[in-house]
Amino acid sequence: MHELSLCDDLLSQVVAIALQHQAQSVESITINIGALSGIEPSLVDTAFSLLKAGTVAELAELIIHNTPVIVSCPHCNTQSEVAANRLLCPECQSTDTTLISGDEMILASVALCIE
Amino acid sequence: MCNTCGCNITPGNRPFVLAEKPKRGVTTVSVLQNLLSQNNHQAEHNRSHFDAAKVLVINLMSSPGSGKTALLETTIKRLRESLKIAVIEGDLETENDALRIQAQGVPAYQITTGSACHLDAHLVHNALHHMAIDGLDLLFIENVGNLVCPASFDLGHHRNVVLLSVTEGDDKPAKYPVMFRAADLMLISKTDLLPYLDDFSPNNAKQHLHDLANNTPIIEFSAKNGSGLDEWITWLQAEIAAYRLLLDSQQTLRPKVQQDGQLLHAQPGHNKYYPVL
Ligand SMILES: Nc1nc2c(ncn2[C@@H]2O[C@H](COP(=O)(O)OP(=O)(O)OP(=O)(O)O)[C@@H](O)[C@H]2O)c(=O)[nH]1
Ligand SMILES: [Mg+2]
Ligand SMILES: [Zn+2]
Ligand SMILES: [Zn+2]
Ligand SMILES: [Zn+2]
Repeated sequence: MHELSLCDDLLSQVVAIALQHQAQSVESITINIGALSGIEPSLVDTAFSLLKAGTVAELAELIIHNTPVIVSCPHCNTQSEVAANRLLCPECQSTDTTLISGDEMILASVALCIE
Repeated sequence: MCNTCGCNITPGNRPFVLAEKPKRGVTTVSVLQNLLSQNNHQAEHNRSHFDAAKVLVINLMSSPGSGKTALLETTIKRLRESLKIAVIEGDLETENDALRIQAQGVPAYQITTGSACHLDAHLVHNALHHMAIDGLDLLFIENVGNLVCPASFDLGHHRNVVLLSVTEGDDKPAKYPVMFRAADLMLISKTDLLPYLDDFSPNNAKQHLHDLANNTPIIEFSAKNGSGLDEWITWLQAEIAAYRLLLDSQQTLRPKVQQDGQLLHAQPGHNKYYPVL
């Protein structure tokens, strides 16, 4: 369960940003998580509600975007949404695909209350 | 060993921040930073230590008990005359694995993670302060036995080797795609037991790996009867040779999946915040 330490890092990033903007509080935090990131969104959510207490993000809502798993195929010139354990091109079955979405774990944005 | 690098933590290139105010009192700042950016930063730093010492670093991952330490014991027996090898062992508790490696006559440093179910780049960096890597040819990092999170943490190593023992079921690559997608080599271990296990098919395991669009080599190996050992040693030697060639041209080797990720989420510098567009 590394979601706790991950959330810890997330919160320090958010607190630093809030400080920089002299924000009174953080309204929401948006993160993008793909099925191939190795991170379990529900665990992040639990960890976040545990850790946010007492920080400037105490009242913040955590918004998690689950990004789809998408591969692109150089032979068919297509992009296809696929299952996390089927990363072949669904058209031609090629393994030369590139993952263009689905492994991200990104702090996308922070909404701050600034008076 | 980091007196000269002075890289830890300090985000010297502190953010430039611009922000819009779409709604009164609420400002949305776009960040676009990897949640593991601290780890990734430390991993790059580790990699530069490894590259300065010209040591190829291999991260061994598998479920608990798939035979990682047994693989290392066998490998060391074969290579200790020709190559300088050391091992970093990661376990939740006990020094047992490091003692097993030391019994083979090579240096081993044990990291006990306590409750953490994986190694991270900071733990590996700390270990480097306890061992000499100059002059080594090969450094193995035996990760904590766990098919879930170790794959998400770049340690600064060059290659990922994932073991799948025949007692675990041949559908593991389909159940743990994050781990098996990251493999630069899949080693099917304990093949001496295949005659007793009618439900493990190496071909099914290969098919599941193939479904992850991973064309990496697969070696069937047994530490008990030595089958596959020659193939494994040949792979290792080829990787060492390829790595040294890259170093000669000022490049380095990265696990395939990290390389893809870097291309995919290419971000200029660390700790940079981007304004909302
Ligand atoms: N039959 C057979 N048993 C093996 C083989 N390799 C390892 N084992 C046995 O499997 C058990 C676990 O082996 P280890 O090498 O300790 O496995 P590990 O992956 O290092 O385990 P952890 O570090 O605890 O995750 C031991 O009892 C070994 O003797 C093999 O090739 N064949
Ligand atoms: Mg072990
Ligand atoms: Zn195709
Ligand atoms: Zn250092
Ligand atoms: Zn973990």
